[in-house]
Amino acid sequence: MDPSFVFLGVLMMIVKGLALLVGLLIFVAYILLADRKIWAAVQLRRGPNVVGPWGLLQSFADMLKFVFKEPIVPSGANKGVFLLAPLVTSVLAMSAWAVIPLSSGWAIADLNVGILYIFAISSLGVYGVIMGGWASNSKYPFLGALRSAAQMVSYEVSIGFVLITVLLCSGSLNLTDIVEAQQSKWGLFGWYWLPLFPMFVIFFISALAETNRPPFDLPEAESELVAGFMVEYSSTPYLLFMMGEYVAILTMCAMTTILFMGGWLSPIPFSPFTAAWLAPIWFILKVSLVFFMFAMVKAFVPRYRYDQLMRLGWKVFLPLSLVGVVVVAGFLQFFGGVHG
Amino acid sequence: MNIVTGFFYLFSTVLIASAVMVISARNPVHSVLFLILAFVNAAGLFLLLGAEFLAMILVIVYVGAVAVLFLFVVMMLDVDFAELKQGFLQYLPVGALIGIAVLVELVFVLGTWFQAPGELITRASAVKPGVSNTQALGQVLYTQYVYFFEISGLILLTAMIGAIVLTLRHKVGVKRQDIAQQVARTKETAMEVKKVPSRVGV
Repeated sequence: MDPSFVFLGVLMMIVKGLALLVGLLIFVAYILLADRKIWAAVQLRRGPNVVGPWGLLQSFADMLKFVFKEPIVPSGANKGVFLLAPLVTSVLAMSAWAVIPLSSGWAIADLNVGILYIFAISSLGVYGVIMGGWASNSKYPFLGALRSAAQMVSYEVSIGFVLITVLLCSGSLNLTDIVEAQQSKWGLFGWYWLPLFPMFVIFFISALAETNRPPFDLPEAESELVAGFMVEYSSTPYLLFMMGEYVAILTMCAMTTILFMGGWLSPIPFSPFTAAWLAPIWFILKVSLVFFMFAMVKAFVPRYRYDQLMRLGWKVFLPLSLVGVVVVAGFLQFFGGVHG
Repeated sequence: MNIVTGFFYLFSTVLIASAVMVISARNPVHSVLFLILAFVNAAGLFLLLGAEFLAMILVIVYVGAVAVLFLFVVMMLDVDFAELKQGFLQYLPVGALIGIAVLVELVFVLGTWFQAPGELITRASAVKPGVSNTQALGQVLYTQYVYFFEISGLILLTAMIGAIVLTLRHKVGVKRQDIAQQVARTKETAMEVKKVPSRVGV
């Protein structure tokens, strides 16, 4: 290939990546605000409402505050790992978005194994937590890190099995193909959430556990571990942790959307709604809807005890999702619909 | 130099450097972190070879699960380095023997490359054009080698059951939560209504 052409391609990739990141981070800023507002509304409070109209600029004010504060590294901490941990969390969380298609062909990289890539990246997210907890060299962060290691490994297993059922139905590991396999004349009733409803529920709850969201936020349970692995963090490293966490939550919302809610497909399967320019808007709306569910769960459900969390993961979700794989595979085998 | 070659040198340099750091780092947790870096770079090399499925599985299985447990254990252990260094000379012959064996095997692998380059190319390009990596692997694994696959699965299952049997202890006198029992509670079993006569008490 012509070298200048390759250079242009790389440049385009960088520009696209930057545009996606900027959009993603702005979205995260408002998702964070929405999280606080929804939580407040459930508790009959107002939530942040001072900075900007209806508090719309609150997240940006918070960001500025974090950036201008002094980062404190505890003297007993392992400095390199301590500062690396928030970077690992946020960079990994953001890199997952490289393969997420916002619309047909709107992915930075349309990988053949896109779903495995996201699964791999989300399983790496635990490292930021473990490294942060260990490097802080104090008891609460360490306990948080240990909890998180066991929790994330446990729930990954059931997420893996749920992914397999979706893959069996769609016959592809490519995210674009998975979305297109859900296209039907039934609109929103043709998406996988309906035929795979139990798997959808398992995936949603496991996604909560995988992203350390309440009711599974045991690594940072403030009533017992102060703030868990984040106790010793301040200013920009703390900001990076929070940002990474919320980007990871958005990734899980996007995964739910792609796997079970038809990605960018229109819920109403006829002309004015299926226009190509509406596709990314449908996608963003669906991601926001899933996040709304995340936020409502946070507001409603009390925190799990640790042994209950482990019980749910290993004794309930693992067998259920395994049975789900067998049932879906058997159904596809005997009633047709197996992909070559 | 094109981009792929550049990435190859990047990944392999970091891979070798981090592999050296695994054995030379003073802190065991740093060693494990370098090991993880080495895994990720190996996955990058797989990607460059066009084996994207293997790359992702390497990251998911080794980095996402095995290394997490490894890190978990190393963090919990209080490793005494003076003690470890004492046995160094004693274990040197065994280590050297294993190292030489691996080196010889690697030389053999390289030797086949020079002996029969044509053979290797036909083997390496088992994937037909248009068939994705995952599909090709699946077809080989679940048709040609299905018995080996099942046997390895059974061995792993046996190992898992063995580990559970070895570590399972039923402590007596510990209060356990029985969810089924809690759910099965009814008004009749959970509470008792007593008629208390006025001014007499229970």
